Amino acid sequence: MTALGEARRPRIVRATPDFPGPRLQALWETAPGLKGWLGTVDHKEIGLRYIVTAFAFLIAGGVEALVMRLQLAGPGRQLLTPEAYDQLFTMHGVTMIFLYASPVLTGFSNYLWPLLLGARDMAFPRLNALSYWIYLAAGLFLYAGFVVGRGPDDGWFNYVPYAARDFNPGVNIDIYALGLILLGISTTVGAANFVVTFLRLRAPGMSVNRVPIMIWGTLTASVANLLAVPAVSLAFFLLWMDRQFGTHFFDASQGQPLLWQHLFWLFGHPWVYAIVLPAMGMVSDGLPTFCRRPLVGYTAVALATVATMALGFGVWVHHMFAVGIPAMAASFFSGASLVITVPSAVAVFAWTATIWTGRVAVTTAFLFYASMIVLFVLGGVSGVMTASAPVDWQLTDTYFIVAHLHYVLIGINVFPVVGAIYYWFPKFSGRRLSETLGYWNFWVMFVGFNLCFLPMHWLGLMGMPRRIYTYPAGMGWDASNLVVSVGGFLFAAGVALLIVNVLVSLRRGKPAGPNPWDAPTLEWSVPSPPPPYNFAVIPTVGSRHPLWEGRIESAPGRSSLTEGLLLDQGRETVGTSALDAEPDLILQMPEDTTAPFWLAVGLAVAFGFALPHAWTGVAAGLVIAGLALIVWFWPRQIRGRPQAAEPIDA
Amino acid sequence: MTGAPAPLGYLQTAGPHADPATALTWGLLIISVVVVVIMTALVAAGVVVRRAPRGADAALREGPNAHGWFYIGLPLTCITLVVSAIWTFQVLAAVNSPAGQPALTIQVVGHQWWWEVRYEGKAPGEGFVTANEIHIPAGRPVLVEVTGADVIHSFWIPALAGKTDTIPGRMNLTWLQADHPGLYRGQCTEYCGAQHAHMAVYAIADAPAAFEAWRQAQLAPAPAPVAPQAIAGAQVFQAHCSACHAVRGTEAAGIVGPDLTHLMSRQTLAAGALPNGEASLAGWVSNPQAIKPEAKMPATNLSGPELNAVVAYLETLK
Repeated sequence: MTALGEARRPRIVRATPDFPGPRLQALWETAPGLKGWLGTVDHKEIGLRYIVTAFAFLIAGGVEALVMRLQLAGPGRQLLTPEAYDQLFTMHGVTMIFLYASPVLTGFSNYLWPLLLGARDMAFPRLNALSYWIYLAAGLFLYAGFVVGRGPDDGWFNYVPYAARDFNPGVNIDIYALGLILLGISTTVGAANFVVTFLRLRAPGMSVNRVPIMIWGTLTASVANLLAVPAVSLAFFLLWMDRQFGTHFFDASQGQPLLWQHLFWLFGHPWVYAIVLPAMGMVSDGLPTFCRRPLVGYTAVALATVATMALGFGVWVHHMFAVGIPAMAASFFSGASLVITVPSAVAVFAWTATIWTGRVAVTTAFLFYASMIVLFVLGGVSGVMTASAPVDWQLTDTYFIVAHLHYVLIGINVFPVVGAIYYWFPKFSGRRLSETLGYWNFWVMFVGFNLCFLPMHWLGLMGMPRRIYTYPAGMGWDASNLVVSVGGFLFAAGVALLIVNVLVSLRRGKPAGPNPWDAPTLEWSVPSPPPPYNFAVIPTVGSRHPLWEGRIESAPGRSSLTEGLLLDQGRETVGTSALDAEPDLILQMPEDTTAPFWLAVGLAVAFGFALPHAWTGVAAGLVIAGLALIVWFWPRQIRGRPQAAEPIDA
Repeated sequence: MTGAPAPLGYLQTAGPHADPATALTWGLLIISVVVVVIMTALVAAGVVVRRAPRGADAALREGPNAHGWFYIGLPLTCITLVVSAIWTFQVLAAVNSPAGQPALTIQVVGHQWWWEVRYEGKAPGEGFVTANEIHIPAGRPVLVEVTGADVIHSFWIPALAGKTDTIPGRMNLTWLQADHPGLYRGQCTEYCGAQHAHMAVYAIADAPAAFEAWRQAQLAPAPAPVAPQAIAGAQVFQAHCSACHAVRGTEAAGIVGPDLTHLMSRQTLAAGALPNGEASLAGWVSNPQAIKPEAKMPATNLSGPELNAVVAYLETLK
């Protein structure tokens, strides 16, 4: 950026249906056809693609789980070979943790962040598109081996030396290593985008203590990802080097197998919080809408979100209590892991207090959110048990851990996400989901989930190890395993009801209007679905609950939603200062382009040819990627303007 | 193999290295159940009590700030956590400082997919190697040095101690001590490949005199076969099996698979996959892959008479 021009003073206007909407529509609309579809940088379109893709992976991972439950429904069943079972449990974990749990939250955040913040897009719309395309490419990459029987087969945490070439010579583990490096690029650029969007794109007046808790959740998760993903991407790369070029980072003779575990869990434990904190934020923002009052303890919950993540970086060794660590280290990591309960308890008490001091409108979304509190507590206390090293020496690697992690990941990710679908589907589509079907959807999922995963605690206490493809009779596990399998299928039926509801309601749902729940935040101030430019004029925010102003004491009427800055000389949005959200820049947002798509294609081609060491193919992929970058960054005059940002005199 | 309803359960344990953690497990389990019941009741009651009547207007209310929930809930949470932490530290100290010198030190080596058990004697010639079954004298502390031969496994006999990973290139220590004679089942609990599911191990606590008798029997080399079929079997064994398996007192000295010197003194085959006996032996030797797919032992392709002979020989290894 050179030679910033004179400060521009945009007009402040009142939006009407005729002005400035039609002009903005023409500026922001994505062109029809394949080129438009591949080239769109609209955060809403990208967000929905993330959500739909993540759900496709959720279904794939769910089917893998059901096949495993058929095998384990009784002792000594021979539906699956050991190798088939091993690939299934590995791909189930990789799918759910890497390809569903994080991307689905990225999808919601992508769709919602600019709307929640009063912006017209994310800070880097093209990076956003790149993040999605690489995610899709990495998902297909990871599944390419599986569909031909060469999928990763060493579990989602892929311990060495079993993952080393000596013990696992096929392409299976190389697909895991390279596929997850590719996915790490997507996660990293997406996280950077969220952080910058938070710092610079909040509407004027939306100081940091006025953002919804979900913003805090995704922000915290994004900062964590920026710090944690490099550790594991490095580990994946070193593993690939060990396997393909004979380096010795992780082998037992000259390297250190435990180095892998440290690098993995340095990433892995923060990641667990990264895939639940945004979902906890959804509950913190959604419950108040249905309790008809603001969240109890906003500041405490926001700080607890950040504190959870900070502590989350100091507990990774509790995944490694059995590797032979000194008692002092075990004590330290036990203590740290227990402390992390405190910020979680803050959130639980805040939600419960919000219910007890509100007037509860029991909707499907509310049922999913409120049930999450219970599942979170259950997954939390089992986590406290595993935090205690001497107890963990018995619990670890049994079905107790399987139960614990599913209460955490399904309880704190899937249940809020399904609640969020009921909550925001009207915004996405302009129609409401059926509440009758939703009621059935909730109860079948809730009963099925608990039937499936509650008995797993018992199986763990009865000593059933994880990751066994079969077990003999007489171990005391038969009846519980049958119940677990039945519960698993019931849970799947509940998820199927959700999909039926979505498909039916897309056509026949009741029209929603802009704000069907009478919710307080900015996304409900725009039409459903929102126009491509989100806001006709840039809103000014005067409280945490702009749409409840004048109706509750903590939100006196100060926000201005229909009257604001007119930014219509191109794709423009306003940049604001980091803490107080004082407007200081007019940001020129980029046009649609297929460059991110081709960059992702180039990288995927390069990674694909790296598997068989086809270096010419790798070079070709990198050339495609390089050309895409040249197109991406080719300097151009945007509608007569020399620079991407100009000072504002507001 | 035991009468216990859940041989790998650990809510009841049988030795001083496990018992303190068991009490803590029960304690935390009870606290957990109480917390879940209270919070579930609070959430459910809140929804019922505060539910807006159907058709009522959903008027907004600021509501009280309700910070009392934090002032009551968080101290209770912290007190519970501090108690849990102190109890945890006490148990850690207890299980890490065993009473007195070990009566015996043994080595356990995890292999894909079986357990090598080495008893070092006080003098050369007093040591021996066995597999998958660990005899210990009841009531005496036994120090176990564990390591891995190939990939990481985890050594776990829940009634006697928590898990200790067997990591190649590293030696970890754990203790086994059983209050009473008995059979205690264990299993590998770190995923280690195709046959992770069939990697059982047994600790057999004997009365001290019985343990000593077992030890003396194990020290003896294998008896020479007498019956003609067994003698023929010994030749088949040398030709087909000795590259991987050792039988002390013969030329068979392979170290890839389990030492078979006193095979028939063991209760199971193939790390708990089969009960030991003539039929199991024949089935296992002829086609291990049918019982443990991808096990390291290949199908032997013996003729019928050869198979019968080698089984007859193996049955002499008492």
